Amino acid sequence: MDRIPILRMGNFLLVTIQIDLYDRLAINLETDLVNMVNKTQAKGVLIDISALSIVDSFMGRILGNIGDMARIMDAETVVVGMQPAVAITLVELGLELKGVHTALNVVKGMELLRLKIKDLDTGEEEDEEEEEIATNEDSTD
Amino acid sequence: MRIVLIEDAMLIEKEQDVVPFRNRVKEYAVKIGMSVVNQTKLITAASELVRNMLKYAGGGKTKMEVISEGRNSGIRLVFEDNGPGIKDIAQAMKEGFSTGQSLGVGLPGAKRLVNEFEIKSSPGEGTVVSIIKWKNG
Ligand SMILES: Nc1ncnc2c1ncn2[C@@H]1O[C@H](COP(=O)(O)OP(=O)(O)OP(=O)(O)O)[C@@H](O)[C@H]1O
Ligand SMILES: [Mg+2]
Repeated sequence: MDRIPILRMGNFLLVTIQIDLYDRLAINLETDLVNMVNKTQAKGVLIDISALSIVDSFMGRILGNIGDMARIMDAETVVVGMQPAVAITLVELGLELKGVHTALNVVKGMELLRLKIKDLDTGEEEDEEEEEIATNEDSTD
Repeated sequence: MRIVLIEDAMLIEKEQDVVPFRNRVKEYAVKIGMSVVNQTKLITAASELVRNMLKYAGGGKTKMEVISEGRNSGIRLVFEDNGPGIKDIAQAMKEGFSTGQSLGVGLPGAKRLVNEFEIKSSPGEGTVVSIIKWKNG
């Protein structure tokens, strides 16, 4: 296997990393994702790393690059499912995952992406919408 | 007294050797009952050091040992290469120092992740890094 499948779901691209990646595979993923964002004009990228037992500086850099390049093309990236031991180790290693958002799982990741994209899209209307939600909440109380 | 219970070795010559090497280290860590967090720290440190070996020295040899001292057991890993060596070790150990246009987290980060860290290197003599991660500690 030398490519990781990328799934398209509406505005989003979904990737599930199922094995510890060889470098070549990780670099291919970076290139493929960037190409796909460009081709599909996707607004969000969700990467599930729950099956990864380690993230070293190399893999961290790949994830960061994906986030940076996606952002240049107007898409947000969320990394989900990082194992607790991996998160602890990353902090001690001294690697911040810059350029990407993180979420607990796929569902939360999707929510976060939708939120981020709405923020970008609506601009001024954003405030009104938030007010509306607030009013609704008031009335249901 | 420190006793070596198991000894193993693996040559690292290409990028594809990294994942099998990490898996081998993991097997030994699991064998001695190391916690998942400590396993992850050890394997991440090992991954950084093996990558340095590939990137700066074109590969090298690794040694893996299961060791015990009193009631504690642990994993000792040695990374040995015949590459260009390091001129200024103190500088190489600094956060953010890199001659490879990288982040410079490998060496200082690996040191933080393990219990014992030793580096020997001089220009033209290659580099030897050894680390120990104790099961309890
Ligand atoms: N085995 C080695 N042989 C020769 N030089 C080395 C070796 N390992 C490390 N170095 C030197 O030490 C520097 C610091 O290494 P370190 O792993 O901390 O950072 P890096 O590899 O440059 O970046 P990163 O690990 O963040 O990708 C390297 O840039 C290199 O100059
Ligand atoms: Mg390095």
